[in-house]
Amino acid sequence: MSDREIDETTGVNTTGHEWDGIKELDNPMPRWWLWTFYATIVFAIGYVIYYPAIPLMESSTMGISGQTNRLELKRDQEEASLARRDIIGKIRQTDLSGIRSDENLFRFAVAGGASAYKVYCSQCHGSGGQGASGFPNLNDDDWLWGGDLDTIYTTIKHGVRNDEDDDARDSQMPAFGADEILERDEIRAVTQYVLSVSRQEHDAELAAVGQELFADNCAACHGENAAGNREIGAPNLSDAVSLYGNTKELIEAQIIQPKHGVMPPWQQRLSDETIKQLAIYVHSKGGGE
Amino acid sequence: MRNHPEAILVGLAALAAMFAAAFSQDHLFQTHITILCLILAGSTIVLLRRVEFAAPGKPLPERNTSGYMDDVIRYGVIATVFWGIVGFLVGVAIAAQLAWPELNLQPYFNFGRLRPIHTSAVIFAFGGNALIATSFYVVQRTCRARLFGGNLSWFVFWGYQLFIVMAATGYLLGITQSKEYAEPEWYVDIWLTIVWVAYLIVFMGTIIKRKEPHIYVANWFYLSFIVTVAMLHLVNNAAVPVSFLGVKSYSAFSGVQDALTQWWYGHNAVGFFLTAGFLGMMYYFVPKQANRPVFSYRLSIIHFWALIFLYIWAGPHHLHYTALPDWAQTLGMVFSIMLWMPSWGGMINGLMTLQGAWDKLRTDPILRMMVLSLAFYGMSTFEGPMMSIKSVNSLSHYTDWTIGHVHSGALGWNGMVTFGALYYLVPKLWGRSQLYSLRLVNWHIWLATLGIVVYASVMWVAGITQGLMWREYDDQGFLVNSFIETVSAIHPEYVMRTAGGGLYLAGALVMAYNIWRTIRGDVREEVPMGGKQAPSTVPAE
Repeated sequence: MSDREIDETTGVNTTGHEWDGIKELDNPMPRWWLWTFYATIVFAIGYVIYYPAIPLMESSTMGISGQTNRLELKRDQEEASLARRDIIGKIRQTDLSGIRSDENLFRFAVAGGASAYKVYCSQCHGSGGQGASGFPNLNDDDWLWGGDLDTIYTTIKHGVRNDEDDDARDSQMPAFGADEILERDEIRAVTQYVLSVSRQEHDAELAAVGQELFADNCAACHGENAAGNREIGAPNLSDAVSLYGNTKELIEAQIIQPKHGVMPPWQQRLSDETIKQLAIYVHSKGGGE
Repeated sequence: MRNHPEAILVGLAALAAMFAAAFSQDHLFQTHITILCLILAGSTIVLLRRVEFAAPGKPLPERNTSGYMDDVIRYGVIATVFWGIVGFLVGVAIAAQLAWPELNLQPYFNFGRLRPIHTSAVIFAFGGNALIATSFYVVQRTCRARLFGGNLSWFVFWGYQLFIVMAATGYLLGITQSKEYAEPEWYVDIWLTIVWVAYLIVFMGTIIKRKEPHIYVANWFYLSFIVTVAMLHLVNNAAVPVSFLGVKSYSAFSGVQDALTQWWYGHNAVGFFLTAGFLGMMYYFVPKQANRPVFSYRLSIIHFWALIFLYIWAGPHHLHYTALPDWAQTLGMVFSIMLWMPSWGGMINGLMTLQGAWDKLRTDPILRMMVLSLAFYGMSTFEGPMMSIKSVNSLSHYTDWTIGHVHSGALGWNGMVTFGALYYLVPKLWGRSQLYSLRLVNWHIWLATLGIVVYASVMWVAGITQGLMWREYDDQGFLVNSFIETVSAIHPEYVMRTAGGGLYLAGALVMAYNIWRTIRGDVREEVPMGGKQAPSTVPAE
């Protein structure tokens, strides 16, 4: 340890300590540093007085402002709902076709439906409504349960094949392969027939066999010309659109052990006005009937 | 006989691990403990081969003549470089996974499992080894005392590596208690506690037997880091195991109390691990490299006590606008604001220490690296208090801005000050007159700086884009963007972030090469930094 000395370069005293050759200068703290530090402390005290800050036994000091996150949220939500109160009221009272034909209501419902769609629907149906394997495309005019306003509304409200809503749309295709209703070569034949009705490459001989099997086993739901049946959500097999894919392998897999889509009953989570707006929005996407 | 108690103890531990694996309650525990058993069995063999059964003869000669215990520090330096590269590499990998999700290889190498490997590898493995190694180096020299506890420092080193390996293998297996930066389950936590207490004993014991009248400022910071991390670790990991032979445990806290405890821990991991500990590093290596006295003793006292007093309260700012009561959010915010100047005190003391030595920046890239690290430290410790302001936080929270902020601090401050310290240490520890190449250090600086600037700036853009898109409502009050739209909007930034991380990794590889050649004793023939007219260090005859 050396004694206090003057550092030649800066002309400042050292503190007289030394560790492994490191000395310390006895500079004062920079003024601006100290004053900024004080300023942040003053700010902190002011902020603590203004906002809720000091915990008490049961609650806390509320501060001069009395502002809390929850109060702010409540105020914002009230403001927003107040601004929309009139138009939402009209939507509640107007039926779907009425909303569809009123220019103002329609514009509002499409915007509101689009917004709700982003939050609740896009996860399955895609942000553009394009769907995915097992999740219907909402932009085309190929509807499983029907594409008019009321049908779309009902589907959204009650959902599909869920246990929570007794009015949920429900239907089930038998597992023709897994439950051994059809032999494997019969399934192969039906597959060729399905390929033929959707105008794809197929084995005509097998398809002819398949046509008979189709009439006996499948036509009851999918219709004699395989055009489907919206009453029971049986898909149209004669178009190019398919839910689980229309290659030979995928069609076969679906006949052997069918997959079934599920949709939640949105009436449990969304208001009736929101469901109406969603129906209007989905209907307006291009395929509405 | 040397090493025999160690060999016996590790062998018994391997045996115990074998039994634990045999009687385990779930297959994850069985796999994990089997890994432990194999590591311990391997270590036993290595130790046994080193046992000398001959009668005690002359003690082995010390490899160095300094009288300090430097072998363990040499190991620590290598471990720091190794884990650094592992951590940076995994970082680049998960950045790529975010940009191209197809790169998620299920189940062991998906983002969810690799991400804690990245964070733990860079903070605890790279940062932790750097802190342990440098603190052992600094405390011996500034106390003029050999490390306390003999081989205890070796236990700290190897015990810590075992902790890292157990943590990382656990993550890959999917073992986690889902607490950020505290993912390891209860049995790994207990092991770390034992190692950490040993670390405290070594460090504290060395300070107590010091031959200097005063304790140097670097040691205040190191000690505050060791003590506080012990406290944070114990409280946040308080949990009840379902079985002593199974992986699962339940936290002692629940709901918002658990969240607050976690962020009290998480923020102070930043405060005491990444700030206080590394300030300890800075306070030794910057004055040594600049060969100048520390700027202000008074500033160091005030900013030290202000820093450690204020930091510990700032955690709630991670929980703005959550279920956390408003009063706690307010206090978290104001303590963060007050923390601004105490944080900057370290930067001022570091930078102003260069008074009268600024010209050295031209010729000394190691000092340049340290100065850059202080600049990044200053930037991120300004950004932090700013982001803790609730109205700023309402935009920045949950966005990539936070990720950018963390990385400007971690890559810029922690990374670069460590690189500087490593460049200082390696020639000294291996008895070389100089580094293999100063020009390569300069390359490292530019690669790292460019990487950080790219990383931080694209994360600002990405974060602010996300924040603005999430809160965008149309004139009728309806939400404009779905979440996935905000993700695809920042895809270009994610790609650029990966590139920035790649640059930083490249810099670290250059360093590893430079250090390897230095250890071999090579010196690269090159034009000295600052050009040919640079003054020769050899006095004219």
